[in-house]
Amino acid sequence: MESRSADTEIALRTEAIVGRLKPLEGPLLPILHDIQREFGYVPQASLPVIASGLNLSRAEVHGVVSFYHDYREAPAGRHVIKLCRAEACQSMGGDELAERLLGLLGLDWHETGANGKVTIEPVYCLGLCACAPAAMVDGEVIGRLDAEMVDHLAKAVQA
Amino acid sequence: MSVKIYIPGDSGAVALGADRLAMRMAEALKARDLDAEIVRNGSRGLYWLEPMVEVETGKGRVAYGPVKASDVDSLIEAGLLEGGDHPLFLGAPQELPFLKRQTRLTFARCGITDPLSLEDYRDHGGLTGLSNAVAMVPEAIVAQVTESGLRGRGGAGFPTGIKWKTVLEAEGEQKYIVCNADEGDSGTFADRMIMEGDPFVLIEGMVIAGIATRATKGYVYLRSEYPHAIRVMNRAVEIARAAGILGNSVLGSDHAFDMEIRVGAGAYVCGEETALLESLEGRRGVVRAKPPLPAHKGFLGRPTVINNVISLASVPVIMDKGADFYRDFGMGRSRGTIPVQIAGNVKHGGLFEAAFGMTLGELVDEIAGGTATGRPVKAVQVGGPLGAYFPRELFDTPFDYEAFAAKDGLIGHAGIVVFDDTADMLKQARFAFEFCAVESCGKCTPCRIGSTRGVEVADKIRAGVEPENQVTLMTDLCNTMKFGSLCALGGFTPYPVMSALTHFPEDFRPAPMSQAAE
Repeated sequence: MESRSADTEIALRTEAIVGRLKPLEGPLLPILHDIQREFGYVPQASLPVIASGLNLSRAEVHGVVSFYHDYREAPAGRHVIKLCRAEACQSMGGDELAERLLGLLGLDWHETGANGKVTIEPVYCLGLCACAPAAMVDGEVIGRLDAEMVDHLAKAVQA
Repeated sequence: MSVKIYIPGDSGAVALGADRLAMRMAEALKARDLDAEIVRNGSRGLYWLEPMVEVETGKGRVAYGPVKASDVDSLIEAGLLEGGDHPLFLGAPQELPFLKRQTRLTFARCGITDPLSLEDYRDHGGLTGLSNAVAMVPEAIVAQVTESGLRGRGGAGFPTGIKWKTVLEAEGEQKYIVCNADEGDSGTFADRMIMEGDPFVLIEGMVIAGIATRATKGYVYLRSEYPHAIRVMNRAVEIARAAGILGNSVLGSDHAFDMEIRVGAGAYVCGEETALLESLEGRRGVVRAKPPLPAHKGFLGRPTVINNVISLASVPVIMDKGADFYRDFGMGRSRGTIPVQIAGNVKHGGLFEAAFGMTLGELVDEIAGGTATGRPVKAVQVGGPLGAYFPRELFDTPFDYEAFAAKDGLIGHAGIVVFDDTADMLKQARFAFEFCAVESCGKCTPCRIGSTRGVEVADKIRAGVEPENQVTLMTDLCNTMKFGSLCALGGFTPYPVMSALTHFPEDFRPAPMSQAAE
């Protein structure tokens, strides 16, 4: 019963978002962004509502959701660390820092751990290539990351 | 009159503590009851000096950097508001060698003005190009852009004027201008800097493109990894709309043009123009086969101009100062200026806009000042993850589309990433394949499968399994990907791989037994 009412709640809130953004040209990505902002992820229960609102099949909507790295199937941890893995950060020792951080958190890429406190994700370029290695923690950008900052970060997000 | 203190709001500066600094500065000024206003400007692009603080004094602007929040008290005590001397004092910013050697046309205002002040924008020459354009017929605008020699700064280098002409001549009730702001290449940040530091120049460029092609609607497809740029652009569009730059009557003329900012969802391949259009329409970012060209059938099947941020942001200066003015910079068929982004392991990283023709060596050794680690330069990747790795022997290559192509490389979006001698080129080649596998849209086989096979082949070389045969296989695989892929993702992944293999063959030989046993 409880899960059904949760799904109904999701459907209602999804409907409001779809109704508001439907008039846009190419509304699906803006809708999915808003849904993720609303729920912290894109719930399965949203998909049929979006599909019927945009006259698409549920499979088409699922295909779009699963194509893009940004959309989550489940809520992320309380803290989200995005660590840049691209070349400019590699040239400044980004790989070693990434391994260090993953080790400290006991996580692999895309995993959530420490009792749901932290999610770690790779990102391919934050455009901070002249102050590499770079990361984004809960939307805040950090440049010239070093081992000391990584240690501090690992402690802070697990606290 | 209150003194103006400039502290960049650019995300690169913020990543180095500019927000904390601005907050601390505001507190310190208030505590001392000093009359000063903090302006959050864009970045001048000297990232090793960020956060770089500038103060407007009676003798012009002076700079200090890199400034930490903990430096605020000593700066104020040293007479910051009068441009007083301090260990972080840099003097007049435009006299710093890194800036003095540049020719800033596209980035003329970036780092100087308040990004969201239209008054600042106008005072520094903004909107002159658009004012000229509204009084011209579309054909004349297209001709002026064509004559300027401007080519697509996204990487393909296609003449912008020719693209516009095709859209102008295409039949269609509704046409579009789409700005590709999906700047996903590692080592590039010029689009981000202009959107955060001078957003109105991009808006102005898009409106001019609209008038030139009779398109009345524009979209900026901006990557989600750039939240600061998204905020600034959205705000700038609102301001431009309220000021009559966007809307039914552009600058009071008969032309209508409006635009929206759309946010990507973390897919590198959406930087490819047809995948971008698919994404903008709300589908998976899968590449379309060409033809039809987007100029004929683009967004929603309608005639569409797709240009990179820097291409569009370079248009206002061309419409302001004329085609000749712009064309007189550069070399060969590469006309005007190119904002080179110097990144990675460098002493002086940042944005360096200069006329085409500077050599790679000048940029790396003189402008960038060598590596940050102080070790010798081993390789420089030019043009993002799909660009070639250049060894020192090719440092005499001038920045020019054709010259780079002649050396089996590409300029791309003009990002250069420097590696020191600790770089392992087999690892870099493997990464190129891995990245391609992660980001492939999956439509064509050479890219989808070839990238995964490439990772496996690289791993076999590393493991010492028939290394000579694997190198042959890798070369063959690259050939298939280069000629058999639908777009530049699969088609250009061979550039980093083959350049690593060609210029650094020693990294592809099996490790001696002692190391291999580890």
